[in-house]
Amino acid sequence: MKNMKRNMLAASLALMAGSVMAQDFRIGLQEDPDMLDPHRARTYVGRIVFTSLCDKLVDIDQKLQITPQLATSWAWSADNKVLTFKLREGVTFHDGKPFDAAAAKANIERALTLKDSMRRSEMSSIESAEAPDAQTLVLKLKQPDATLLAALTDRAGMMLSPATFTDDTAAVARSPVCSGPYKFVSRVQNDRIVLEKYDQYYDAKNYAFKRIIFRPIPDTTVRLSNLRAGDLDILERLNPSDVTQVKGDKSVQFMPVSGLGYVRFMFNIGNSERAKANPFNDKLVRQAFALAVDRNVINQVVGENTFVPAQTAYPAASPFHDEKKFPVTGRDVAKAKALLKQAGKPTVKAELVYGNNTTTSAIAEMVQAMAAEAGFQLSLRPTEYAAMLKESTSGNFDVQLQGWSGRPDPDGNVHTFLTCKGAQNDGRYCNPEVDKLLDQARVVTDLAARKDLYDRAETIMQDEMPGSYIYYQPWLFVASTKVQGFTPSPDGMIRLKGVSLK
Amino acid sequence: MLALLLRRILVAIPTLILVSMIVFMLQKIMPGDPVLALAGEERDPVVLAALRETYRLDDPLPMQYAAWLGQVLQGDLGKSLRTDVPVLELVAQKLPVTLQLAVMSILFAVMIGIPAGILAAVRKGTAVEWGANIAALSGMSIPNFWLGIVMIMLVSVQWKLLPASGYVPPTEDFWLSMKTMVMPAFVLSTGIAAYLMRHTRSAVLEALNADYVRTARAKGVPGRRVVLHHALRNALMPIITLVTLLFGELLAGAVLTEQIFTLPGFGKLIVDAVFNRDYAVVQGVVLCVAVGFILMNVLADILYIVVNPRLRHP
Repeated sequence: MKNMKRNMLAASLALMAGSVMAQDFRIGLQEDPDMLDPHRARTYVGRIVFTSLCDKLVDIDQKLQITPQLATSWAWSADNKVLTFKLREGVTFHDGKPFDAAAAKANIERALTLKDSMRRSEMSSIESAEAPDAQTLVLKLKQPDATLLAALTDRAGMMLSPATFTDDTAAVARSPVCSGPYKFVSRVQNDRIVLEKYDQYYDAKNYAFKRIIFRPIPDTTVRLSNLRAGDLDILERLNPSDVTQVKGDKSVQFMPVSGLGYVRFMFNIGNSERAKANPFNDKLVRQAFALAVDRNVINQVVGENTFVPAQTAYPAASPFHDEKKFPVTGRDVAKAKALLKQAGKPTVKAELVYGNNTTTSAIAEMVQAMAAEAGFQLSLRPTEYAAMLKESTSGNFDVQLQGWSGRPDPDGNVHTFLTCKGAQNDGRYCNPEVDKLLDQARVVTDLAARKDLYDRAETIMQDEMPGSYIYYQPWLFVASTKVQGFTPSPDGMIRLKGVSLK
Repeated sequence: MLALLLRRILVAIPTLILVSMIVFMLQKIMPGDPVLALAGEERDPVVLAALRETYRLDDPLPMQYAAWLGQVLQGDLGKSLRTDVPVLELVAQKLPVTLQLAVMSILFAVMIGIPAGILAAVRKGTAVEWGANIAALSGMSIPNFWLGIVMIMLVSVQWKLLPASGYVPPTEDFWLSMKTMVMPAFVLSTGIAAYLMRHTRSAVLEALNADYVRTARAKGVPGRRVVLHHALRNALMPIITLVTLLFGELLAGAVLTEQIFTLPGFGKLIVDAVFNRDYAVVQGVVLCVAVGFILMNVLADILYIVVNPRLRHP
């Protein structure tokens, strides 16, 4: 009898503990997000926070198809210059004010006019926003824009309460008022961001947690230790070198997904004086280099089989990915040597610059060894990230290891890197024909016609090789075994709909 | 004593100005461009230009410095480039964390280091001294980050005794706050405890050999009283200097410890700010650290006077 009583007490205590724990969901981030104002924000981790905090006009699914969120439907005009959204009814911001077309218009206008808006270039095709009635938002464009809907699945499509648009711009970031499933509670920089369930959310029943706590823990080993110690429920960006350990740990689940971004070599073809003396300004040398590298070995050794080998900028999840037309280059040392001979440079001395971390260092060292067999004498220059950005823009590199987190629309993965005036074209590759094709692909909305344009541009670039892709960046999530219902998305976001704790 | 204090504070002002100038220059020499670091993946040239203008990053250096100094004199340390939060607010948010960490580490270090030093001096040549010496050598040579990670692995992951990281203010939940702080404070204290132990040992040894101690013993003062009252009191002088100077070392050590245990303190703030090229934050935090350091030195001067009556009437 006494035992039974004790057991019952223990059981009820355990239940109570369980229900208390189920209230909070703790997410370990690799960095501290920057400002929590979707129009000014810049970081990947910031987007993870926004996913729970700020609903967008539209969202994307696992197959990168556009799905409804704040807009229930949308339609293009015949000339593709007017985009009309029907907005969800009964949606309120976290301050209780209604979300309607006027509010959406105010947000679009803020994103376009704010002095330090980071959204301006991705929304530059918008000429005006109109709100003919409370549930209809009309965007009039300067020219057709096939990339716009994809941009609106991200921060450009996030809606803030217009009541917060005062002269004090910084106030929005300090205490963002959106309309997502969770509302902002508090933030201690470098420590935590706390969100709380918004009970008036239109889909509140599908969100299990009372509070979401984001904790930036930059050290990957420490982040993993926190998860294993039970102080986190999920973490993003596991270090590939920890994959084996995580797979062998019964208390956690390894949840990788191949992402939308890539890692590639970028060659300095025309940036600064250095490009002139750079052996890589010869197409044959670039082709030889691509042949000298074994992408599968990098995947197996450094990536622990999470680095899917890449040949183009379009990841496997994208409808623009085409393995048949552009199969992954295999390693061929003999051919690489022959190309170098043809170029009149049997040995090539050059410097490889990369952002310094354990993964990139391991890749760089492997590449150095592999390329050496073909006749490349690579010296390695690991550089701290912020310093590397500067080296990159000023052209102080021969070849650089460059990572890109990826965008759902193909344009976001190529245009800025490969067009003559692209803001991130630090190698200064320039081919007017490629420019024409990539510009055209921005305005053509038909999928097949668009893919044809990207394929044509890709065919040129596979030959001229302004860069050589190595692998598609994976998002390596690790969750406690208590977490159920979570599916990692290729865009690397943590969507909490239907997620709960056992 | 008041005159001494005033003199100290007057000397501090040029020091502060010099420190702020050096930090300002160093930041500008640092490779990288704050606007690029800020923009990250969103490199829109129009926005970059706007950011440069907003933060006056294109002005000549002396003008940038003068503008910053002008702000500081009005009590405004500027705003974080990355999050728009005023630097003063960040300092107010982080200072208590690092202070709590520093005070707890100093306490640990004093509690471990001084008794160990006295024991080692009194029991010279015995196993106790050997043990204390080995412990001190280990404390000095084991790197904080290694010890920190090992402790997390053992105490948090294996035994699940203490939280692996995070911070709770003592005002919110005192015991939880202590639980989150014990490991980092201990890790941070090991090096200092070792220094303290060695210095206490040699200072006490020296004092024990001094004439007045021999006199005291000759007068029949009990052994314990000779050590604690006569020898230790004189030995304390250099130890106080050491503790206050070590406070600076502590702030430096806190940088690593805070990273490992993800404590949102000064060290973490400054490291993140350096990597993000968040100039305003680095500048503001260094200034505050310099002020703290100078205050500690003034405190040391006062403590000397308290401990050593001979200094009261120079």
